[in-house]
Amino acid sequence: MTKVTIEVNGKKVSKDVPDHTILSVFLRDSLNLTGTHVGCDTSQCGACVVHVDGKSIKSCSTLTVDINGLKVTTIEGLVKDGKMHPMQEAFKKMHGLQCGFCTPGMVMSAIDLLQNKKNPSDTEIRKWLEGNICRCTGYQNIVAAVKEAASKM
Amino acid sequence: MASLVGSRVERKEDKRLLTGKGRYTADINIANQTYAVFVRSPHARAKIKKIDISKALKASGVVEILTGEEIAADKIGGLIAGWAIRSEDGSEMKVPANPPLAKDSANFVGEPIAVVFAESLDEAKAAVDLVKVDYKVLKGVINTAEAMKGETIHDGIDKNLCYDWLLGDRKAVEDAFAKADKIIKVDLINNRCVPNAMEPRACVVDYNTASEEITLYTTSQNPHLSRLIMSAFGGVAPENKLRVVAPDVGGGFGSKINVYNEEIVCSWASKKIERPIKWVAERTESFLTDTHGRDHVTHAELAVTNDGKFLAFKNETIANLGAYARVFGTVTPTYLFGPCATGVYIIPAAYTNVKAVYTNTAPVDAYRGAGRPEATYTIERLVEKAALELGIDRTEIRMRNFPTEFPFKQTLVHTVDSGDYVAGLKKAKEMSDYAGFEVRRKKSEANGKLRGIGVSSYFEACGIAPSAVVMSLGCGVGLWESSEVRFNPTGQVSVYTGAHSHGQGHDTTFAQIAADELGVGLDVVDVVHGDTDKGTFGMGTYGSRSLAVGGIAIVNACRKIVAKGKRVAAKMLEVNEDEIDFKDGEFVVVKSNKKKTISEVAFACYLPGSRDSDFKSPLPEGEEPGLIETSFFDPSNFSFPAGSHIAEVEIDPETGEIKVEKYTAVDDFGKIVNPLVVEGQVHGGIAQGIGQALHENTKYDETGQLITASYMDYTIPRADNFPEFNLGFTCTHATSNPLGVKGCGEAGAIASPPTIMNAVIDALGGQEITMPATAEKVWKACKTMKKSNTKAA
Repeated sequence: MTKVTIEVNGKKVSKDVPDHTILSVFLRDSLNLTGTHVGCDTSQCGACVVHVDGKSIKSCSTLTVDINGLKVTTIEGLVKDGKMHPMQEAFKKMHGLQCGFCTPGMVMSAIDLLQNKKNPSDTEIRKWLEGNICRCTGYQNIVAAVKEAASKM
Repeated sequence: MASLVGSRVERKEDKRLLTGKGRYTADINIANQTYAVFVRSPHARAKIKKIDISKALKASGVVEILTGEEIAADKIGGLIAGWAIRSEDGSEMKVPANPPLAKDSANFVGEPIAVVFAESLDEAKAAVDLVKVDYKVLKGVINTAEAMKGETIHDGIDKNLCYDWLLGDRKAVEDAFAKADKIIKVDLINNRCVPNAMEPRACVVDYNTASEEITLYTTSQNPHLSRLIMSAFGGVAPENKLRVVAPDVGGGFGSKINVYNEEIVCSWASKKIERPIKWVAERTESFLTDTHGRDHVTHAELAVTNDGKFLAFKNETIANLGAYARVFGTVTPTYLFGPCATGVYIIPAAYTNVKAVYTNTAPVDAYRGAGRPEATYTIERLVEKAALELGIDRTEIRMRNFPTEFPFKQTLVHTVDSGDYVAGLKKAKEMSDYAGFEVRRKKSEANGKLRGIGVSSYFEACGIAPSAVVMSLGCGVGLWESSEVRFNPTGQVSVYTGAHSHGQGHDTTFAQIAADELGVGLDVVDVVHGDTDKGTFGMGTYGSRSLAVGGIAIVNACRKIVAKGKRVAAKMLEVNEDEIDFKDGEFVVVKSNKKKTISEVAFACYLPGSRDSDFKSPLPEGEEPGLIETSFFDPSNFSFPAGSHIAEVEIDPETGEIKVEKYTAVDDFGKIVNPLVVEGQVHGGIAQGIGQALHENTKYDETGQLITASYMDYTIPRADNFPEFNLGFTCTHATSNPLGVKGCGEAGAIASPPTIMNAVIDALGGQEITMPATAEKVWKACKTMKKSNTKAA
């Protein structure tokens, strides 16, 4: 057991966690932040992507104790004053989601892309999203959503 | 009022899914729950000699361990085949028992043998390792083509043959073949795919000891059907004591139609241990135990004349069912396959023969398209090859054999009510700049690349329903759909449907339909689905049936609401019913300004009393209070979407890498309710089909180990595997439903594998190659091509 203090979506959380607790499990089971999904066991699908200190990471392959003292943002933390983040709005407008399971990871990953590159090309968007699997959309409207968000952010 | 049907309405469900408020089964926790982990067979085929749970039972946190002995003792039934198919000789198909926990023998890697319930997931996993199963390992039957020659897997099922089915007239075909100028032949493998919905299967069960009711939260495409099967065949609980809830479900693609072992076992066990149970599959468990798709070995021939007329078609297929026959397992390679095998063409004689075999692999069932992708792949490979061998342009040969008059009575089964195949192919040619291809091919050549173009014209029979038809073909249930529409006294409308949305957007599209029918705003309509305690009944979502069957039940229920509203409005407005028009949500007295809104009428329906001369009951004599109507809709025919897709690929002969350069799809889905949603369905379908054609290979080794059981080994397509798809639409209305709609969910996955493979084979100069056309295979084919080119020179 290790006591960790993490700022999650702007709120400080202190908890004792077993050392082997994976961040996705901590978020889902201890904090009931079930918007972060787990779609595989091999850190391939990207449904679990969250931000740690502003950068996208796969929470299914991150130990909670390793991010002690850092800031985590999950999909639940994007809504500000009741308003969705421009990336969330863009996904809605462009029909960038169907079943919604990969969506939280996809949105978190796409936001990080725009932090790195303001107006990415289609190819750059597709390359960046290689670590996020979607089985519903064929990715086309996800790419369109990222471009739409880029024009608004 | 502008019509909502036909508009690009943004989805109502998106806000919750985008903000992390979706509620998937694995998100649900119940106080005092235990965690289930299954002991699974590590062998493809083995006798189970002994199971020793003594050590595991003593492990930390273990609550209970159950095996096939207990479930058999409690007379809990097994998993079922939903369709009874007869062989050509009239005999019934052969189906083995499929107990939820294998007792005597295990027949595929991953088959559940026992289950551990513990206080935590970690403890359950640790205890599973302590369960000792003594197996006698037997030689498995793995290969589809060789299955009939293997050892008998299930006692009494000779040659591992479920059925030997025939559709069509062999003699008529042979006679036509004798008169042909040329016979075109193909040998095809339709590769096994794992559906891979992104949400792994899961279930949470809560048994109420007071009411003796089981609530099962599960990842299902059809909660009512699941309840029916679990109750009627599983004997888990009577239907009135079993509530099945399929909340937000993260994709299905056919893999969540079946009732699975885990759902039956956990429901039964929750009652036994009087504790809630949670089970969530890991991705590898999903790979091993979700139903797989396709897996056909086919030899097919097309008899043609020198001027490219099709005379006759024959199709000899071996279909792999896996270890057991499941809900749509036996119908997928028969009635969902054979009737569509002649494609969009006039072919006067045809037959399809299917031998369905058992193997020691995961059960094979419906996967997006189910039978129709396999049918389309067969005919469209033949047609493309015929064009090449006869020296006729690939689009011209198709045009020469398209029917131009509808209804089109096909040689085998279907009467296609509407379509315009010529218009679809013409539009696809224009949109894809078909005429400019040779210029592009030369440009690629100049860069050392091989460029190919491929076409596929398809039709499919979907909106799977007509009960009279499907039951005559062997379906164990009717495939109608139901809806209940409740107009609340204060003006909101709740639409209950038996269809289930797991990505299709029913919350929005069904609301568009109801809002238009009732003349109310989209914001006051709520679509409710996925819970057997809410709404009437339903057969669920698969076979592109939600709109063409379930959507029409909503239309009909709404029209009953309006009909009643008209009677009530007439009384309220003191006129005869036939003097009232209903338009844009208002009951208006013809040629007057007297009117009542539907909300006013609805309110009145709930206030049927009289007080004095100022307030008289608005209800006509004998009219019941309330404004709630139900409809069960059973269409007269399937719906028949169709279209033409054209793809261009570029191959790097040095690496074998294929790049899909262009993809054009022109589809006819009849009337489109929401173009935004329909385009999304087409994109996803095309992507899955390209996945099958180029990437996805489900590989069992010779001992029956699935060696592609994770995303490290199974190539699931990523964003950078695709170009931007170019979509177009034509429209002929379906005549079998009042909206004129056709199904759209599977079309992309049906049309795209042959489109892509025809393009790849064109790039390879006509050299045949099997799916998935991986870089390795293509590189080898390029080497062969180079050699033969050198020889020719």
